[in-house]
Amino acid sequence: MSQTITIDPVTRLEGHGKVTIHLDEQGQVSDAHFHVTQVRGFERFAEGRPFYEMPSLMARICGICPVSHLIASAKACEAIMSIRIPHTAAQLRRMLNLAQMVQSHALSFFHLSSPDLLLGLDSDPAQRHIFGVAAARPELGRAGIALRRFGQHIIELLGNKRIHPGWVIPGGVTEPLAAAKRDEILAMIPEAYSNIKIALNWYKQIADSFQAEIEVFANFPSLFMGLINEDESIEFTDGALRIIDAKGAIIEDGITAARFTELIGEAVEPYSYTKFAYYKPLGYPQGSYRVGPLARLNIAQTMGTPLADIELKQFKLIALGPVHSSFHYHHARLIDILYGIEKIEQILTDPLILDKHVRATAGVNRLEGAGQAEAPRGTLMHNYKVDENGLITWANLVIATGQNNNAMNRGVLQAARHYIKDGKFTEGILNRVEAVVRTFDPCLSCSSHAFGQMPLHIALVSPAGEVLDTVTR
Amino acid sequence: MSPGVDVKTLVIDGKDVTGRSGQTILEIARENGIDIPTLCHLDGLGDVGACRLCLVEIKGSNKLQPACVTTVFESMEVSTQSDRLLKHRRTILELLFTERNHICSVCVANGNCELQSLGQSQGLTHVRLPYRNPDLHVDASHERFTIDHNRCILCTRCVRVCAEIEGAHVWDVMGRGIDSMIISDLNDPWGESSCTRCGKCVQVCPTGALFDKSKVGEAHPKYPDFLPYLNLMREAK
Repeated sequence: MSQTITIDPVTRLEGHGKVTIHLDEQGQVSDAHFHVTQVRGFERFAEGRPFYEMPSLMARICGICPVSHLIASAKACEAIMSIRIPHTAAQLRRMLNLAQMVQSHALSFFHLSSPDLLLGLDSDPAQRHIFGVAAARPELGRAGIALRRFGQHIIELLGNKRIHPGWVIPGGVTEPLAAAKRDEILAMIPEAYSNIKIALNWYKQIADSFQAEIEVFANFPSLFMGLINEDESIEFTDGALRIIDAKGAIIEDGITAARFTELIGEAVEPYSYTKFAYYKPLGYPQGSYRVGPLARLNIAQTMGTPLADIELKQFKLIALGPVHSSFHYHHARLIDILYGIEKIEQILTDPLILDKHVRATAGVNRLEGAGQAEAPRGTLMHNYKVDENGLITWANLVIATGQNNNAMNRGVLQAARHYIKDGKFTEGILNRVEAVVRTFDPCLSCSSHAFGQMPLHIALVSPAGEVLDTVTR
Repeated sequence: MSPGVDVKTLVIDGKDVTGRSGQTILEIARENGIDIPTLCHLDGLGDVGACRLCLVEIKGSNKLQPACVTTVFESMEVSTQSDRLLKHRRTILELLFTERNHICSVCVANGNCELQSLGQSQGLTHVRLPYRNPDLHVDASHERFTIDHNRCILCTRCVRVCAEIEGAHVWDVMGRGIDSMIISDLNDPWGESSCTRCGKCVQVCPTGALFDKSKVGEAHPKYPDFLPYLNLMREAK
């Protein structure tokens, strides 16, 4: 008798997701899906709004990464205005984006994933959370909370609000940086360094003990995409996109936001509200690719900052060519954080960082514009069309989670096939299936919801609809 | 007091006050530090009694009267803070919030909006009525300003300032009842209208319905205080 195992909701994610695992008559896994179960509709209800409202409107999509939406949206608006923003504004935005990356990665690594990594994937679910981590390794729990605060506090200093700051606008930013705020950020940097060092040292010690998980956590060859600078260094805010194949060969380079839709298509599957992005020349699903920390490190030849470069060299030793197992997203995330701290420090020493000229102005000069940036979890692209008065007539957002969607689904299937035999499973096994999704740190295109305390309800249902077994926590 | 001035004595909220004949309850209340909430009233513009937020009780009358257009009479007893009035004011605000699309979090006037401030000061914790969510358009055809009908509460301050102060009378009201809309000229796009680009309407708009395009994304306080001075200077001429 075939069966379906449902994990609903998947816990310790940003947003609501569900996993279904289908078993055949022999109890072997025949298929598995990761479902995003809620529709948002931002693209539709942006229609008719003035384009210059878009950054603040789009930032409301998510409470974890409003900054990514602010930046991608502002850049799309600037394409419509046909302007280049002042140097200082670009630097300030870069710093804001990095601060958000640091806080979001800290949330993903420490609050959502470190319970699995420290306490074990089979540990008691009642203790498998950030407080459990803080009880077992207080310095690790403290480092995570402090790193998140570091990023959040910089966002608050720059944008006056930790969540949904309205500071980024089409043309630049609303206010220049004050010297006192610069000094406050600089004073926080030494502590941030020591916190990320604690995390990196600890992670590198324990990573080897997860060899079994590394083998089956979305471990397969795929394309990778991410932003990169002309000097081959990693980039989060400007630069252009590069796509490499599973062996590391460059197959597309210098992709500007204007060319994004020429190369990237979006497929729809009936089981999810999130679209499936793919590289058009290879078609769907062969052209599916991965974005985010792992992809960025696979693409970048250098981080461009000394400490992160040392870590990148070590990371590149994991595999000959691109690193394929999504388990290594965790490692890449920590290197991203280190880079973020170093880069913020560099930006603050820019002699023009306190310059008062932080905004360019213009009206509608083109009827279409696109902007791209790296969100913590991968590439984000906003594309708008406007009428001659600047009212939005069409909008499309390609989010990181959509670009990782195919890989997440393949990863869930890979892990389910490996762990579930003869229709038997334990809570620890299902937690591994969830943990595959967590490595990608998907933000299910929605605002932050409560997690951790959410009930996990697993039902084993027969084709006739009869509930054969349930596990609830 | 100069001879010939007709002085009225009255009581507002238990306080003995005096005013001149022809003054409104609102004027005298404010002169005496008694707060009556208003939305369509603005110092320097003619009153129309459109928003009904300034309704007060007058002893001897079952009917509630708008303080902005009701003149005082001798021995009048006015109450401005009864439970009945507070309830009515909250209901009026609820009706305003449900009538069109007021989304404070993404509004240019967030933090500088009279409707939002009134919601807070009148203790409007939630809206009990269903939202109408009308599909209204935004006119961004003007070079400098935008009118977003979603945020318009039909207070007609813009109509009055344009007609009474600027003398252009670009703005007016079209339609009736719930279908009423603010229009420029004969329902032409604002950018193609006879607008003088003075911006007074933007400064007097209590919400984010009229705004300066260059202010989007930053604080957009309105500065309507110029009106009484403007009137004073014109009278002095």
